[in-house]
Amino acid sequence: MLKLGVPSKGRLMDKTFDWFGQRGITLRKSGSDREYAGAVDGIEGVELVLLSAGEVPRELAAGRIHLGVTGSDLVREKLALWDSQVQEVAPMGFGGADLIIAVPQTWVDVDTLDDLDAAGAAFRAAHGHRLRIATKYHRLVREFLKAEGVADYRLVDSQGATEGTVKNETAEAIADITSTGETLRANGLKILSDGLIHASQATLFRGRRSGWTKAQRATLKELQEMLGV
Amino acid sequence: MQALEIAAEAARLRAGFEAEGAQVVDADILLSADTLLDLYGEDIRARAYLTTDPFGGEMVLRPDFTVPVVEQHMQSHADPARYTYAGKVFRKQEDDPDRAHEYTQVGFEVFDGQDPAGADASVFAAISKALDGLPVTPVTGDIGILMAAVRGLRTSDTRKAALMRHLWRPRKFRALLDRFGGRTDVPPSRVALLAQADPLADVGQVVGLRSRTEIEARIAALRADAATDPISNEEMALIDAILSLRETAPNVLSALRDIAVDLPAIGGAVQAMAVRLDALGARGVDVDTLAFEGSYGRTSLEYYDGFVFGFTAAAPDLPAVATGGRYDALTAQLGDGHAVPAVGGVIRPDLVLQLRGTV
Repeated sequence: MLKLGVPSKGRLMDKTFDWFGQRGITLRKSGSDREYAGAVDGIEGVELVLLSAGEVPRELAAGRIHLGVTGSDLVREKLALWDSQVQEVAPMGFGGADLIIAVPQTWVDVDTLDDLDAAGAAFRAAHGHRLRIATKYHRLVREFLKAEGVADYRLVDSQGATEGTVKNETAEAIADITSTGETLRANGLKILSDGLIHASQATLFRGRRSGWTKAQRATLKELQEMLGV
Repeated sequence: MQALEIAAEAARLRAGFEAEGAQVVDADILLSADTLLDLYGEDIRARAYLTTDPFGGEMVLRPDFTVPVVEQHMQSHADPARYTYAGKVFRKQEDDPDRAHEYTQVGFEVFDGQDPAGADASVFAAISKALDGLPVTPVTGDIGILMAAVRGLRTSDTRKAALMRHLWRPRKFRALLDRFGGRTDVPPSRVALLAQADPLADVGQVVGLRSRTEIEARIAALRADAATDPISNEEMALIDAILSLRETAPNVLSALRDIAVDLPAIGGAVQAMAVRLDALGARGVDVDTLAFEGSYGRTSLEYYDGFVFGFTAAAPDLPAVATGGRYDALTAQLGDGHAVPAVGGVIRPDLVLQLRGTV
């Protein structure tokens, strides 16, 4: 059996079902609406595994599922050297969101990462601690800021309502996912002009773990032909 | 490789440093993360294993001995003082799962305010002696020369401070230098900002900890910077010349003396290098063939600010067998401004054994 992991609820699940449906493969929940069991029609040898989008990267890397649908941001955040552990099979064209760095609109002097770095140095000298950036994307943000030469910041963990942290004075800037920027503006924040860390979308991945059976490989080939990817 | 063999080799190396007059010290494996986070910021999370203690807050598995040894020394203030240690260090390898994430280091650290050149030379010579007979090649450098060059630039103190802050981030350093030299355009957003008489005029209540005064201060700094002349092409070329030096130490020294004619600020650092070379020669180091690289030691997360060195094997995938350097600024930071000139180096006994197998 080739195990296909798909987000277990919400728009991401619905859109994934639609995407496969348009390509002749029907994915559905098999039991009641609340039950996380799935069924696949239109191809033999594929088993549907419903799970949280955030767990898909780990399960793929561990080889417990062979294919998985999740946001490209989550794969990059959760897996070190992600492309050595999983491979992108197809970007799916939905679930788009940008991971960005935003600062208060009132920071008229800060528009670029270079500004952020300079403001960070002055902030540390004035306040005795580093400028705090609230995020739940620790790895992505840290690697991005390192590559861009931004120093003197500190990440503070924020698992939700991240846009509110600046007003609450638990952070000076944020790094978060946004699709329209509406919530950012409502909270008095603006995106740095070169502050796009990653443009994320729902993506079909395959795990790079070895040990696939001949039958699993054949099923993947058939699936890829049907999906046109 | 057998852990016991590595431990035996580590003991042999440490005994060698004891014979050089070093006192044996040890450090906790589990350290408070505060000091390292303060020194290195978030980058340390990508390089060291952090964990939390229910009462002690964030802790870190010792990524090296230098910081705890400096902290211990700062309590005793002995001068001069020599220390040696042997033990495991722990490093996350996010970019390369094949690199060791725990390995033994044997170190030799010298705190000596009287004779820095002699201290540099004695650390280098002791490590060189410990590696005698192995197929390794030493490379040296001197961050102090680059620092002196930056301090000597004819430009504003703000620009010098920005360059000094990013001295250990070569790409960012280059980007700053190019901007201060007028080689890259000022970002359009900054041009627009500075075109306004009062950029904060329409800004209402400032949100967050960073105050209106701080924003005003930065705008003033940006205005001052815009009015500062670009760093001259001549000075830019001198910095490039220093960074691209790659020759034997005596040849580098004579090249640096030429550069010092146009950039007199490096004169003291160049003279210090000459004294060090003499001190190395006096300890039996073959100075005439010793390699020197102007950019050596400029990798992030290091604290070296003077003499730097490494011993590498010809095998391309093998990390440096020994590394070290001078870290005066670190002692100032850890000693609340009370700096003690210090230099040290570490050897990896596992790599020594590996190389000895190939000799």
